Amino acid sequence: MENKTSVKITSDTLNLQECYNFVQDAACGGIALFIGTVRNATQNKEVTLLDFSGYEPMAIKEMQKIADTALVKFAIHKIAIHHAIGELKIGDIPVIIAVSSAHRKAAFEACEFAIDTLKETVPIWKKEHFEDGEVWVNTHP
Amino acid sequence: MKIQLLFFGITTDLTGENSINFELNTDITVQDLKEVLMQKFPKLKNMHQFAIAVNEEYAEDTLTLKENDVVAIIPPVSGG
Repeated sequence: MENKTSVKITSDTLNLQECYNFVQDAACGGIALFIGTVRNATQNKEVTLLDFSGYEPMAIKEMQKIADTALVKFAIHKIAIHHAIGELKIGDIPVIIAVSSAHRKAAFEACEFAIDTLKETVPIWKKEHFEDGEVWVNTHP
Repeated sequence: MKIQLLFFGITTDLTGENSINFELNTDITVQDLKEVLMQKFPKLKNMHQFAIAVNEEYAEDTLTLKENDVVAIIPPVSGG
């Protein structure tokens, strides 16, 4: 059976073309893309860089579950979910989600489902670095 | 019995550990383990919550641990 999911965690720069090429198909009428980018500030405080770390084998499993669920839940053709780890600078890309479908609505919905679920379940963490310190995001020690 | 404990994200900073072998009584559930961990690493109490994964899958509090399980402490995730 043709592989309909591409799931990857890498310390290299994410490759938008690779995600596009994976999901692109003659049977599809459209491709939805979500590209996460590193923002320059959190609550008006200037961010210098983000450091992403993950529990990689489990993160891959959870990302694969999201891709498999999206294929069942939405009328989509293919889905790619790629996440970067390591130190990322402002404007760098930590995550790409690409979804192709015959009709656009399913691709938009699956793309939103995938990024929302990734942010809830996939064991990846980011530490925000500022000029005067650093903080783990989403935790309140 | 022996399990392997893995720490990630903020829990690495709070405990000073990445991976340790940990000795436990048998018939310990995930809920029991959470209490043991908070006694051994009191700084974990500073977190609102953390999840436990056993052998790379999220675990319910009622799951009973087995010898050689790989148990990960999962603080609130923040990928994407």
